[in-house]
Amino acid sequence: MSEEVIKAERLTKVFNKNMVAVDHVDFSVKNGEIFGFLGPNGAGKTTTINMLITVLKPTEGKASVLGYDIVKQANNVRKVIGVVPQEYTADEDLTGHENIMLCADLYGVPRETAKKRSLELLELVELDQFKDKRVETYSGGMRRRLELACGLINRPKVLFLDEPTLGLDVQTRAATWNYIRRLKEEYGMTLFMTTHYLEEADALCDRIAIIDHGRIIAMDTPSNLKDSLGGDVITISIKEDVDVSGIIRGVEHVKDLRNENGSYRIKAEFGEVTAPLIIEALRKNGCTVTKLSLSEPTLNEVYLEYTGRSIRDAEESKEAFRTQRMTLRRARAT
Amino acid sequence: MSEANEYHPSMLRGLWALTVRELKKWLKDPVMVLMLVLQPLIWMGLLGKSMNMNAIFSANSLSNIELHDIPIPGSLLNPPVNGVVILPGALITQQLQQMFSDIGSKVMQNTFGVKDYFSYMSVGMVSMIVMTTTMFSGMSIVWDRRLGFLDKVISTPVSRAAIIFAKVLNATLRAIFQATVILALAYLLGLQLSATFTLLNLLGVYAAIFLVGVGLSSVFIAFSLRSTRMERPMQIISLVTMPLMFASNTFFPPYLMPDWIQAVAKVNPLTYLTDALRQLTILPLDASALIFDFMYLGIFAAILATIGIMLSWRYLTR
Repeated sequence: MSEEVIKAERLTKVFNKNMVAVDHVDFSVKNGEIFGFLGPNGAGKTTTINMLITVLKPTEGKASVLGYDIVKQANNVRKVIGVVPQEYTADEDLTGHENIMLCADLYGVPRETAKKRSLELLELVELDQFKDKRVETYSGGMRRRLELACGLINRPKVLFLDEPTLGLDVQTRAATWNYIRRLKEEYGMTLFMTTHYLEEADALCDRIAIIDHGRIIAMDTPSNLKDSLGGDVITISIKEDVDVSGIIRGVEHVKDLRNENGSYRIKAEFGEVTAPLIIEALRKNGCTVTKLSLSEPTLNEVYLEYTGRSIRDAEESKEAFRTQRMTLRRARAT
Repeated sequence: MSEANEYHPSMLRGLWALTVRELKKWLKDPVMVLMLVLQPLIWMGLLGKSMNMNAIFSANSLSNIELHDIPIPGSLLNPPVNGVVILPGALITQQLQQMFSDIGSKVMQNTFGVKDYFSYMSVGMVSMIVMTTTMFSGMSIVWDRRLGFLDKVISTPVSRAAIIFAKVLNATLRAIFQATVILALAYLLGLQLSATFTLLNLLGVYAAIFLVGVGLSSVFIAFSLRSTRMERPMQIISLVTMPLMFASNTFFPPYLMPDWIQAVAKVNPLTYLTDALRQLTILPLDASALIFDFMYLGIFAAILATIGIMLSWRYLTR
């Protein structure tokens, strides 16, 4: 099997002839990895996923999943993928078990296999006690888990997760991450997910593409992305009232330095190793370090670096986002 | 790759699964089902029984008429007699009432084809319910779309046609269920079946309902697919129901209506549905009329289903 499970080339979606939702996106996802699309709401994440799962047709460019073209061989793509949508799509009037069986019917999984597998999956996501309860009685976390189970009924090779923890509280979110990791290990799938939670991308993804305004602006592993900022931040204060900038600059791995009211803010690679070296260098020059802190860059800083704004700022403009989404919906309708 | 061929999603299985889902949703709400039965019962009971056309043409309508004695000059009679003959008013009133009653049932028979208006109206009620049910049940696709269910189904290998046909089938099955209930209730309330009625005729009734159901629901599904809000299809439905209902033979024979309404009634599919249903239940069956009705309904269903499916298809393959 080819190493590239998903491959997108200049993938583009334009709604209503002028609203560019996804703008010439190139990426590939390797076998067995968790690949994440990170970006604010309205950045084009869901549109990208919808093209890959054959719900939308690209306006331009092409993409393939497991070697099947998403337009020309859409039906083959549909057979080998699992989808966990952003919304709770399970039918509220049906029970959890009935919902999974409905999915099995849609995929054409043989009835006997489906029954066995459904029970197995419900157990895996710990819904077996509730399998005969109507979904309307389920909590948000339970519904999310049911969606996960539904998405796995056809034993997909590739699982698409669109904002898998949207609207869940912090604890439920962490629990959901565990389920996702477990499912991935259990079934050895490739995962493609979108999220606008930095912690989520950091905790789950092997590689991340940061997407904004329909374009991929950075793509790498979370740690490489963070390293690309120039490493960790070390803040140091010393007892003596002398300028030690020169000494610090002389230390290996130090990349940048700023003097902020007597404390030094140092950007350095391999912070854990560099910090002791700095202390050592200062001591040799007769200075005493009174305070030291070391912080690793977060994805938020990465995001800030690439998009010029914090992802939380992007979230702030909820109103704008809502308007945009309504327009998008309408655009899709026509 | 072998995995791709592991499962065999079939059109029939998908269609069945999606239809069963809809029916389950429906049956899990017994109040809703009860309302669907109550609604026609109320219509039928109130409209059919309160608009008591038969009573208009009965002796009762003339009960308070008192005719004076009529003096007739004897010279006018044949053969002429002397003096004046008095025709007693009471006798004339009695005669008139008797005659009016006889004429009345003839008038009813000539106007409605059956002697009692209730039978005429309750079959009309069946078509009305078929129309509203098939229009309304397509609307659930607005929710399927808004809740993301539709997109999820689109991402599975199930046949696109099955997605639409499941809705159509659901609408039609509901209409058939309701039609059966209304006919049974109407029978209990005094609907008079014609001599040509057999239980086999029910199959014809269902076939006619099926055709109208397919036509109307496919168009409304397509329309609902394209509206982001429930209100829009609802408004369209309330806009078209009234004209379709009254510019047809549902409650009154069109040939007594003004020309322009007759023109509408002539193309109104409800006219042909109602006529087919009446032919099969309360009227003495006229094979040629029935065949014509079915041909019209068949063409109607084919055209509307084509339009509807083409429009829906465009949405399903955006």
